[in-house]
Amino acid sequence: MSAGHDRPLLQVEGLGKSYGARVGCVDVSFDLYPGEVLAVVGESGSGKSTLLSVLSTQLAPSAGAVRYRMRDGVLRDMFALAEAERRFLMRTDWGFVHQDPRQGLRMGVSAGANVGERLMAVGERHYGRIRDTAADWLGRVEIDADRIDDQPRAFSGGMRQRLQIARNLVTHPRLVFMDEPTGGLDVSVQARLLDLLRGLVADLGLAVIIVTHDLAVARLLSHRIMVMRQGRVIETGLTDQVLDDPREPYTQLLVSSVLQV
Amino acid sequence: MNAPMTAGYNFAYLDEQTKRMIRRAILKAIAIPGYQVPFASREMPMPYGWGTGGVQVTAAVIGEHDVLKVIDQGSDDTTNAVSIRKFFARTAGVATTTSTADATVIQTRHRIPEAPLTEDQILVYQVPIPEPLRFLEPRETETRTMHALEEYGLMHVKLYEDIARHGHIATTYAYPVKVNGRYLMDASPTPKFDNPKMHLSPALQLFGAGREKRIYALPPYTQVVSLDFEDHPFEVNRFDKPCALCAAHGVYLDEVVLDDRGGRMFVCSDTDFCETRRAEGHRGEMLADTPADGGAA
Amino acid sequence: MYVAVKGGERAIDNAHRLLDHARRGDPAVPEITPAQIDEQLALAVDRVMAEGSLYDRDLAALAIKQSRGDLIEAIFLVRAFRTTLPRFGASEPVDSGAMRIERRVSATYKDLPGGQVLGPTFDYTHRLVDFALAAGVSPPEPATAGQGEAIDAPHVTGLLDDEGLIEVNPGAQADHPVGDLTREPLEFPAGRDLRLQNLARGDEGFLLALGYSTQRGFGRTHPFVGEIRFGEVEVAFTPEELGFPVSLGRVALTECEMVTQFAGTAEVAPQFTRGYGLVFGQSERKAMSMALVDRALRTREFGEDVVAPAQDEEFVLSHSDNVQATGFVEHLKLPHYVDFQAELGLVRQLRREHAERAAAKASDAAAHREAAE
Repeated sequence: MSAGHDRPLLQVEGLGKSYGARVGCVDVSFDLYPGEVLAVVGESGSGKSTLLSVLSTQLAPSAGAVRYRMRDGVLRDMFALAEAERRFLMRTDWGFVHQDPRQGLRMGVSAGANVGERLMAVGERHYGRIRDTAADWLGRVEIDADRIDDQPRAFSGGMRQRLQIARNLVTHPRLVFMDEPTGGLDVSVQARLLDLLRGLVADLGLAVIIVTHDLAVARLLSHRIMVMRQGRVIETGLTDQVLDDPREPYTQLLVSSVLQV
Repeated sequence: MNAPMTAGYNFAYLDEQTKRMIRRAILKAIAIPGYQVPFASREMPMPYGWGTGGVQVTAAVIGEHDVLKVIDQGSDDTTNAVSIRKFFARTAGVATTTSTADATVIQTRHRIPEAPLTEDQILVYQVPIPEPLRFLEPRETETRTMHALEEYGLMHVKLYEDIARHGHIATTYAYPVKVNGRYLMDASPTPKFDNPKMHLSPALQLFGAGREKRIYALPPYTQVVSLDFEDHPFEVNRFDKPCALCAAHGVYLDEVVLDDRGGRMFVCSDTDFCETRRAEGHRGEMLADTPADGGAA
Repeated sequence: MYVAVKGGERAIDNAHRLLDHARRGDPAVPEITPAQIDEQLALAVDRVMAEGSLYDRDLAALAIKQSRGDLIEAIFLVRAFRTTLPRFGASEPVDSGAMRIERRVSATYKDLPGGQVLGPTFDYTHRLVDFALAAGVSPPEPATAGQGEAIDAPHVTGLLDDEGLIEVNPGAQADHPVGDLTREPLEFPAGRDLRLQNLARGDEGFLLALGYSTQRGFGRTHPFVGEIRFGEVEVAFTPEELGFPVSLGRVALTECEMVTQFAGTAEVAPQFTRGYGLVFGQSERKAMSMALVDRALRTREFGEDVVAPAQDEEFVLSHSDNVQATGFVEHLKLPHYVDFQAELGLVRQLRREHAERAAAKASDAAAHREAAE
């Protein structure tokens, strides 16, 4: 685990989100360190997607706080940021990989422009450099350079997902949120994507919060794991420990059901 | 020439309260160059999309002693230009002209006159779609946020795509500009040929979009920069030949089909400019053998 | 020799003279009068008043004559006239409960206080072309009941209201005067006041199609016609210097109240919700469509997902106005040759570059082959 840095990148304290009487998630607290990969697992309806939406500031919380250490080293309350600052953060220092790549890509523009958009958004105005950087990133996610002018419509599901990852990583973010990034892909395609992700995360020292219902994905990618049930975190710890020796009966059930598959 | 006014209507058609409302919007637009100011666009006796925005702006700024020129496609004689000129002759009784130099207010659709404008002139543009981001992002709520936060990366995505596909930027008119280093602005559907004329122009430039209910402005001597990439700089359209009637170079030309056997000629789109040059004795290839006072009409 | 495109002014004058001539038609046929239009094409006059948003039968009839029966053109004429009128103020809200009812039907109750009043309607006619009408007819005197007596007909939604089964209609808010989109630019999200005004002025065909789409599943609301009523209401105005309302006269209105379903949330018990339509003159089609679309546009208010065009406020409100729409569609007829010239140049350039690339590729390939041989 590469969490050698002593100061947390993200601090989450007593976070909760309810929709009227219905509970999304309740009293979630954790620290995330630079370079650390945290998996949030649970069944559908366990609150893990709500948690991700609140952490990534797409939803306002009903309770608690999310603090992020900006590049200047100062911890800032994410929900006290001005919208301009928040949106800037979202397209520079953060990334978000959606389960459905169509949500994270511009399907009507070329792969090169998809990767280059963030660069242009932060003021890059040299076409040649944008294109070179885009080509470099396509290579890193194993997309042939001659596909740079093709639209993602012409790509397979696995390629689209890899393109979405390149589009997010091009500005060298320090924190990436992933929502079931391998969901909806064939098993063989999933394996290749997971390999690629594991390599990129390690190379770039990315901190990642990944939501998945697939414990195999959690085991392969994450250092730490949080098990959620009915909106609450019921067990947390190092991934291998939790999966090899689950304490909570519910986690035991989850683990055993994955073994049966 | 002052025309007799039509009875029963206020000076320049609109009532004074409405004009004051439009003037407030214009002042705000001048204070924030390139920002689209919402205004309560009135229903006008000409159809939306036919210059109602420009007509309202002109009605709000024109005075009894102004001299009005109206052009469409650079010409004083196209149907819509004639119709709008007549409208103001009838409702405001102002003098009208086709001469760019003599005009104090020029309302235009799709062109900027070739002759340089002065500090004593106002150029009023008719704008169909004021939002430069509209075709990239259809939602007004989202585009307003993008302007507020100066998030203009998407516009460059469009230009990037042009270069990736064609090797160069393939936007020929309504070419987006950055105003005063802040707001992204639609240059109205003028050919990009005219964009450089907007930059640091001594004349006040006002843009009215009636149907979309927006007014925006370029105060005199405002920075207007056409978007581009460092390695693919902005370029204007060029024509291979001079005007066939007045031999002018470096002006925007219309292609005129002469026959059904592929015969073509290129002539000034700015009819006043062309006529002025011919009156000065310039002769293009089509008029090479006519006397100096001949003209082409 | 090239002849410059000149003489636009005279050509336009001539075109207008020709239009005047075409409007009159064959002089052997008697000229139609606005009074005839008002009396015998009354529903066309109603539509022009409604979408022109000006209640003036004579003006609307004249506009129909001037526009040769093109109703959108007539609406345009009325709007352009309306914009020049001085505004003295806003009337008191009209009381549709006190309407002098000519027609009133409810689909939610078999019978109800005030009764079902069928009135003048096409609804139950057979749509057979009546050739006798071509020659002109004198219809028999209409049957009348309770001559001159005003019918006391409470609103149907009021009956549901008594039981708490339907959402309460919000009252007027002193700190939020009713907006007017002809005086202030429309901004999103728009309040229901502006949405209703927009719909009341909106194109009948557009609203009909949108309302229809909600019935076909694009944003279903499970509507019932609580009530449709048509008749005259009194318009009162309070001049500032008097301080009390005075009657200005009467206007004919069609009002439709749709009763629609709402499943409720954790906080709110299930109840019926409302969609509202109100138009000048007699147009049940328009009033009903408006009510359907009004309810569809309230989607977010009830925490429902916006999934269909009729629920999309920006889409509906930005495209409902036929004067705006016809202007912008038809402006494509205006010359665009300056921009077209620019595009012409670009397409020629792109084609030239394409041909050059193809030629270069071909010669490369040829060189390659030669090298290989």
